[in-house]
Amino acid sequence: MRELDAIDRAIIDTLQGDFPLTEHPYAQAAERLGIAEADLLARLERMLADKVLTRFGPMFQIERMGGAFVLAALAVPEARYETVTAQVNALPQVAHNYRREHLLNMWFVLATEKPEGIAEAIAQIEAETGLPVHAFPKEREYFVQMQLEARV
Amino acid sequence: MIGDDIDRALIVATQGGLPLVGEPYRALGEELGISASEVIERLGRMLESGLIRRIGAVPNHYAIGWTANGMTVWDVDDAEVDRLGGLVGSLPFVTHCYRRPRSLPAWPYNLFAMVHGSSREECATKARDIQALLGAACRGSDILYSTRILKKTGLRIGA
Repeated sequence: MRELDAIDRAIIDTLQGDFPLTEHPYAQAAERLGIAEADLLARLERMLADKVLTRFGPMFQIERMGGAFVLAALAVPEARYETVTAQVNALPQVAHNYRREHLLNMWFVLATEKPEGIAEAIAQIEAETGLPVHAFPKEREYFVQMQLEARV
Repeated sequence: MIGDDIDRALIVATQGGLPLVGEPYRALGEELGISASEVIERLGRMLESGLIRRIGAVPNHYAIGWTANGMTVWDVDDAEVDRLGGLVGSLPFVTHCYRRPRSLPAWPYNLFAMVHGSSREECATKARDIQALLGAACRGSDILYSTRILKKTGLRIGA
């Protein structure tokens, strides 16, 4: 992975939202950054390839379209961790998955288009892994805004 | 709810990312058989309704220097959790804050708040600020640090 320069950092810091809904949005965003459109496109492509960015586009809140997001956790035996990771990640309903330090050592988010899809996904994971899934559906959302500036 | 089949097709077409071309909305429109201005109008409506939270870059926070990511979890008195959850959520360094059900006996925590830093000490300092806010209403807590991203694709609904 190449090191980020000041322009990359400016892209990360200013383009986590408010991407223009206009005919030439990259040109407009590039102008705000003081760079050429082609430079912005090339840098986004490179940062996506280097996995500095995981995505560039809309972030959907699936509840607003009748779907569901549910945080869930598993206590995975160390010896089976890689196998279970592959089993869980294979489900398209698994949007994110993190290893965490705890007895519950695998934490993932299920995102499904219909609420009943959550129970189906949980049943499938339990059947394939033989492990009980702890589900933590959100009951209240107090705040969500994941916008961190580049620190490197 | 999804407006119609075209909205749904637009979600499927953009959930992996916007096209990296000069006129991305035109490219999407060509794929869906609608005009660029209709794509723009529909995305604008989804932003307004909250179906789209935002449009832009989704960084891998590890890669941009946030190498310590802690899920702080708290067992807060049910009578106080909504008031306190609102306060914790308004702390400037908390990126997500939710109330979730306990899963007793394995899991006594009902308030979740994500904190981030360049070190675990930085996260722990932030957790102490949360602790101070919660005071006596909090009966127990933990910080679960992530040690590996196993998957981070975001939403994927079927075509």
